[in-house]
Amino acid sequence: MGSANTRPAYRDAHGKIDMDTLLVLALLLASVWTVSTARLLRSVIGLGLTSAVLAAALFRLEAPLAGVFELSVCAALVSVIFVMTVAVTQRLTKDDLSARQRQMLKRSWPIPLLVAVVAVVIFRHRTPANPFFATGISTDVRSMLWNERQLDLVGEMLVLLAGAFATVMLFKEAKK
Amino acid sequence: MTGILSSSFFWLYAFGALALVAIGAFAMLVAMNLVRLLIAIEMLIKGVTLFLALAGLASGNRGLAQSAIVTLIVIEVVLMIVANGLVLGLFRQRGTISTQLLNEVKE
Repeated sequence: MGSANTRPAYRDAHGKIDMDTLLVLALLLASVWTVSTARLLRSVIGLGLTSAVLAAALFRLEAPLAGVFELSVCAALVSVIFVMTVAVTQRLTKDDLSARQRQMLKRSWPIPLLVAVVAVVIFRHRTPANPFFATGISTDVRSMLWNERQLDLVGEMLVLLAGAFATVMLFKEAKK
Repeated sequence: MTGILSSSFFWLYAFGALALVAIGAFAMLVAMNLVRLLIAIEMLIKGVTLFLALAGLASGNRGLAQSAIVTLIVIEVVLMIVANGLVLGLFRQRGTISTQLLNEVKE
Protein backbone atom coordinates (compact mmCIF):
# COMPACT_ATOMS: atom_id res chain seq x y z
CA MET A 1 0.00 0.00 0.00
CA GLY A 2 2.86 2.37 0.73
CA SER A 3 5.05 3.78 -2.06
CA ALA A 4 8.77 3.40 -2.64
CA ASN A 5 11.06 6.41 -2.24
CA THR A 6 12.18 6.41 -5.90
CA ARG A 7 8.79 7.54 -7.26
CA PRO A 8 6.33 10.26 -6.23
CA ALA A 9 4.17 9.23 -3.28
CA TYR A 10 0.95 9.56 -5.29
CA ARG A 11 2.08 7.07 -8.00
CA ASP A 12 2.01 3.27 -7.72
CA ALA A 13 4.57 0.72 -9.00
CA HIS A 14 3.18 1.03 -12.56
CA GLY A 15 3.44 4.83 -12.59
CA LYS A 16 -0.34 5.23 -12.31
CA ILE A 17 -1.92 7.49 -9.70
CA ASP A 18 -2.24 5.58 -6.44
CA MET A 19 -5.70 4.25 -5.43
CA ASP A 20 -5.31 5.69 -1.91
CA THR A 21 -4.51 9.17 -3.26
CA LEU A 22 -7.59 8.97 -5.47
CA LEU A 23 -9.73 7.89 -2.52
CA VAL A 24 -8.54 10.72 -0.25
CA LEU A 25 -9.00 13.24 -3.08
CA ALA A 26 -12.53 11.94 -3.75
CA LEU A 27 -13.28 12.08 -0.02
CA LEU A 28 -12.18 15.70 0.24
CA LEU A 29 -13.96 16.77 -2.96
CA ALA A 30 -17.20 15.08 -1.85
CA SER A 31 -17.04 16.65 1.62
CA VAL A 32 -16.26 20.14 0.30
CA TRP A 33 -19.13 19.85 -2.19
CA THR A 34 -21.43 18.65 0.60
CA VAL A 35 -20.82 21.68 2.82
CA SER A 36 -20.60 24.27 0.04
CA THR A 37 -23.49 23.41 -2.27
CA ALA A 38 -26.47 25.76 -2.06
CA ARG A 39 -29.31 23.22 -2.16
CA LEU A 40 -30.00 21.06 0.89
CA LEU A 41 -30.91 17.98 -1.15
CA ARG A 42 -27.59 18.14 -3.01
CA SER A 43 -25.86 18.49 0.32
CA VAL A 44 -27.55 15.28 1.53
CA ILE A 45 -26.54 13.47 -1.67
CA GLY A 46 -22.97 14.68 -1.10
CA LEU A 47 -23.09 13.28 2.42
CA GLY A 48 -24.11 9.86 1.06
CA LEU A 49 -21.30 10.06 -1.49
CA THR A 50 -18.78 10.95 1.24
CA SER A 51 -19.95 7.94 3.26
CA ALA A 52 -19.56 5.64 0.25
CA VAL A 53 -16.00 6.88 -0.41
CA LEU A 54 -15.19 6.56 3.29
CA ALA A 55 -16.45 2.95 3.19
CA ALA A 56 -14.01 2.24 0.34
CA ALA A 57 -11.23 3.89 2.38
CA LEU A 58 -12.11 1.68 5.37
CA PHE A 59 -11.75 -1.39 3.14
CA ARG A 60 -8.29 -0.13 2.11
CA LEU A 61 -7.44 0.38 5.80
CA GLU A 62 -8.21 -3.31 6.45
CA ALA A 63 -11.44 -2.63 8.36
CA PRO A 64 -14.00 -4.47 6.17
CA LEU A 65 -16.71 -4.82 8.81
CA ALA A 66 -16.56 -1.11 9.58
CA GLY A 67 -16.71 -0.44 5.82
CA VAL A 68 -19.85 -2.55 5.44
CA PHE A 69 -21.47 -0.74 8.38
CA GLU A 70 -20.49 2.66 6.98
CA LEU A 71 -21.89 1.80 3.55
CA SER A 72 -25.15 0.21 4.68
CA VAL A 73 -25.98 2.40 7.66
CA CYS A 74 -24.41 5.80 7.04
CA ALA A 75 -24.53 5.99 3.23
CA ALA A 76 -28.03 4.51 3.05
CA LEU A 77 -30.06 4.87 6.25
CA VAL A 78 -28.78 8.27 7.42
CA SER A 79 -29.15 9.69 3.89
CA VAL A 80 -32.77 8.50 3.77
CA ILE A 81 -33.46 10.16 7.15
CA PHE A 82 -31.98 13.44 5.89
CA VAL A 83 -33.91 13.24 2.61
CA MET A 84 -37.14 12.78 4.60
CA THR A 85 -36.35 15.79 6.80
CA VAL A 86 -35.51 17.96 3.78
CA ALA A 87 -38.68 16.81 1.98
CA VAL A 88 -40.85 17.76 4.97
CA THR A 89 -39.17 21.09 5.68
CA GLN A 90 -39.00 22.31 2.05
CA ARG A 91 -42.53 23.32 1.15
CA LEU A 92 -43.29 22.98 -2.56
CA THR A 93 -46.51 23.62 -4.46
CA LYS A 94 -47.86 20.94 -6.82
CA ASP A 95 -46.77 22.96 -9.88
CA ASP A 96 -43.26 23.41 -8.47
CA LEU A 97 -43.08 19.69 -7.75
CA SER A 98 -44.16 18.57 -11.23
CA ALA A 99 -41.85 21.11 -12.89
CA ARG A 100 -38.95 19.86 -10.78
CA GLN A 101 -39.78 16.22 -11.60
CA ARG A 102 -39.80 16.99 -15.35
CA GLN A 103 -36.47 18.78 -14.98
CA MET A 104 -34.96 15.86 -13.07
CA LEU A 105 -36.15 13.34 -15.68
CA LYS A 106 -34.57 15.41 -18.45
CA ARG A 107 -31.28 15.61 -16.57
CA SER A 108 -31.06 12.00 -15.40
CA TRP A 109 -31.16 10.18 -18.78
CA PRO A 110 -27.36 9.48 -18.79
CA ILE A 111 -27.53 7.65 -15.44
CA PRO A 112 -28.63 4.19 -16.77
CA LEU A 113 -26.02 4.52 -19.52
CA LEU A 114 -23.32 5.33 -16.96
CA VAL A 115 -24.36 2.40 -14.75
CA ALA A 116 -24.22 0.02 -17.73
CA VAL A 117 -20.74 1.27 -18.77
CA VAL A 118 -19.40 0.93 -15.19
CA ALA A 119 -20.87 -2.59 -14.89
CA VAL A 120 -19.25 -3.67 -18.18
CA VAL A 121 -15.87 -2.20 -17.16
CA ILE A 122 -15.99 -3.91 -13.75
CA PHE A 123 -16.88 -7.33 -15.12
CA ARG A 124 -14.32 -7.10 -17.95
CA HIS A 125 -11.54 -6.45 -15.39
CA ARG A 126 -12.60 -9.26 -13.08
CA THR A 127 -9.87 -11.88 -12.57
CA PRO A 128 -9.67 -14.97 -10.33
CA ALA A 129 -7.11 -13.12 -8.18
CA ASN A 130 -9.36 -10.08 -7.89
CA PRO A 131 -12.95 -11.41 -7.82
CA PHE A 132 -14.51 -8.20 -6.38
CA PHE A 133 -16.37 -10.25 -3.81
CA ALA A 134 -15.09 -10.95 -0.30
CA THR A 135 -14.18 -14.60 0.12
CA GLY A 136 -14.20 -14.58 3.92
CA ILE A 137 -13.98 -12.36 6.96
CA SER A 138 -11.80 -12.67 10.01
CA THR A 139 -13.54 -13.73 13.20
CA ASP A 140 -11.30 -11.29 15.05
CA VAL A 141 -13.90 -8.49 15.26
CA ARG A 142 -16.68 -10.80 16.34
CA SER A 143 -14.64 -12.25 19.18
CA MET A 144 -13.54 -8.73 20.11
CA LEU A 145 -17.16 -7.50 20.23
CA TRP A 146 -18.70 -10.50 21.95
CA ASN A 147 -15.90 -11.57 24.32
CA GLU A 148 -13.91 -8.49 25.20
CA ARG A 149 -16.16 -5.48 24.60
CA GLN A 150 -19.48 -6.65 26.06
CA LEU A 151 -19.92 -3.30 27.78
CA ASP A 152 -19.91 -1.62 24.34
CA LEU A 153 -22.79 -3.88 23.29
CA VAL A 154 -24.75 -3.02 26.43
CA GLY A 155 -24.10 0.67 25.74
CA GLU A 156 -25.21 0.26 22.10
CA MET A 157 -28.45 -1.41 23.22
CA LEU A 158 -29.09 1.37 25.73
CA VAL A 159 -28.43 4.04 23.10
CA LEU A 160 -30.76 2.26 20.63
CA LEU A 161 -33.49 2.01 23.27
CA ALA A 162 -33.01 5.68 24.19
CA GLY A 163 -33.28 6.59 20.49
CA ALA A 164 -36.45 4.55 20.04
CA PHE A 165 -37.94 6.07 23.21
CA ALA A 166 -37.03 9.62 22.10
CA THR A 167 -38.56 9.04 18.64
CA VAL A 168 -41.79 7.72 20.17
CA MET A 169 -41.94 10.75 22.47
CA LEU A 170 -41.38 13.14 19.55
CA PHE A 171 -44.19 11.63 17.47
CA LYS A 172 -46.46 11.64 20.50
CA GLU A 173 -45.82 15.36 20.90
CA ALA A 174 -46.49 15.93 17.19
CA LYS A 175 -49.88 14.17 17.45
CA LYS A 176 -50.92 16.36 20.38
CA MET B 1 4.06 0.35 14.16
CA THR B 2 7.08 2.49 13.24
CA GLY B 3 6.97 1.01 9.71
CA ILE B 4 3.50 2.28 8.94
CA LEU B 5 4.13 5.62 10.65
CA SER B 6 6.97 6.34 8.23
CA SER B 7 4.91 5.47 5.13
CA SER B 8 3.23 8.10 2.96
CA PHE B 9 0.13 5.88 2.98
CA PHE B 10 -0.43 6.54 6.69
CA TRP B 11 0.10 10.28 6.46
CA LEU B 12 -2.12 10.54 3.37
CA TYR B 13 -5.09 9.10 5.26
CA ALA B 14 -4.18 11.08 8.40
CA PHE B 15 -4.31 14.24 6.29
CA GLY B 16 -7.68 13.14 4.87
CA ALA B 17 -9.09 12.53 8.37
CA LEU B 18 -7.78 15.86 9.66
CA ALA B 19 -9.25 17.66 6.63
CA LEU B 20 -12.63 16.02 7.24
CA VAL B 21 -12.62 17.16 10.88
CA ALA B 22 -11.62 20.68 9.79
CA ILE B 23 -14.31 20.83 7.09
CA GLY B 24 -16.92 19.59 9.57
CA ALA B 25 -15.88 22.10 12.25
CA PHE B 26 -15.88 24.98 9.76
CA ALA B 27 -19.29 23.96 8.39
CA MET B 28 -20.65 23.78 11.95
CA LEU B 29 -19.48 27.32 12.65
CA VAL B 30 -21.02 28.85 9.52
CA ALA B 31 -24.25 26.77 9.37
CA MET B 32 -27.40 28.90 9.38
CA ASN B 33 -29.70 25.93 8.97
CA LEU B 34 -30.28 23.07 11.42
CA VAL B 35 -30.08 20.36 8.74
CA ARG B 36 -26.75 21.79 7.55
CA LEU B 37 -25.55 21.79 11.15
CA LEU B 38 -26.36 18.07 11.43
CA ILE B 39 -24.59 17.39 8.12
CA ALA B 40 -21.52 19.22 9.50
CA ILE B 41 -21.61 17.02 12.63
CA GLU B 42 -21.76 13.97 10.33
CA MET B 43 -18.63 15.20 8.53
CA LEU B 44 -16.83 15.57 11.85
CA ILE B 45 -17.82 12.02 12.87
CA LYS B 46 -16.56 10.70 9.51
CA GLY B 47 -13.17 12.24 10.20
CA VAL B 48 -13.10 10.55 13.61
CA THR B 49 -14.09 7.21 11.99
CA LEU B 50 -11.16 7.49 9.59
CA PHE B 51 -8.82 8.32 12.49
CA LEU B 52 -10.02 5.24 14.41
CA ALA B 53 -9.42 2.94 11.43
CA LEU B 54 -5.99 4.46 10.94
CA ALA B 55 -5.13 4.04 14.63
CA GLY B 56 -6.21 0.38 14.44
CA LEU B 57 -3.97 -0.20 11.42
CA ALA B 58 -1.00 1.59 13.00
CA SER B 59 -1.26 -0.24 16.33
CA GLY B 60 -2.09 -3.60 14.76
CA ASN B 61 -5.25 -3.81 16.88
CA ARG B 62 -7.77 -3.84 14.01
CA GLY B 63 -10.43 -5.79 15.87
CA LEU B 64 -10.62 -3.19 18.62
CA ALA B 65 -10.66 -0.34 16.09
CA GLN B 66 -13.48 -1.95 14.11
CA SER B 67 -15.56 -2.62 17.22
CA ALA B 68 -15.07 1.02 18.25
CA ILE B 69 -16.13 2.17 14.75
CA VAL B 70 -19.26 -0.03 14.87
CA THR B 71 -20.15 1.45 18.28
CA LEU B 72 -19.53 4.96 16.91
CA ILE B 73 -21.78 4.29 13.89
CA VAL B 74 -24.63 3.01 16.11
CA ILE B 75 -24.41 6.13 18.30
CA GLU B 76 -24.15 8.35 15.19
CA VAL B 77 -27.32 6.88 13.67
CA VAL B 78 -29.35 7.22 16.86
CA LEU B 79 -28.07 10.79 17.29
CA MET B 80 -29.10 11.66 13.74
CA ILE B 81 -32.56 10.09 14.12
CA VAL B 82 -33.28 11.97 17.35
CA ALA B 83 -31.78 15.24 16.05
CA ASN B 84 -33.79 15.05 12.81
CA GLY B 85 -36.91 14.36 14.89
CA LEU B 86 -36.16 17.47 16.96
CA VAL B 87 -35.65 19.53 13.79
CA LEU B 88 -39.01 18.32 12.48
CA GLY B 89 -40.66 19.12 15.82
CA LEU B 90 -39.19 22.62 15.78
CA PHE B 91 -40.28 23.08 12.17
CA ARG B 92 -43.85 22.10 13.04
CA GLN B 93 -43.93 24.53 15.96
CA ARG B 94 -42.06 27.51 14.48
CA GLY B 95 -42.21 26.93 10.70
CA THR B 96 -38.46 27.42 10.20
CA ILE B 97 -35.21 25.46 10.59
CA SER B 98 -32.90 28.45 10.95
CA THR B 99 -30.18 28.25 13.62
CA GLN B 100 -31.24 31.73 14.77
CA LEU B 101 -34.29 29.97 16.16
CA LEU B 102 -32.13 28.25 18.78
CA ASN B 103 -31.81 31.54 20.67
CA GLU B 104 -35.58 31.62 21.13
CA VAL B 105 -36.07 28.00 22.19
CA LYS B 106 -35.22 28.67 25.86
CA GLU B 107 -37.89 31.36 26.13
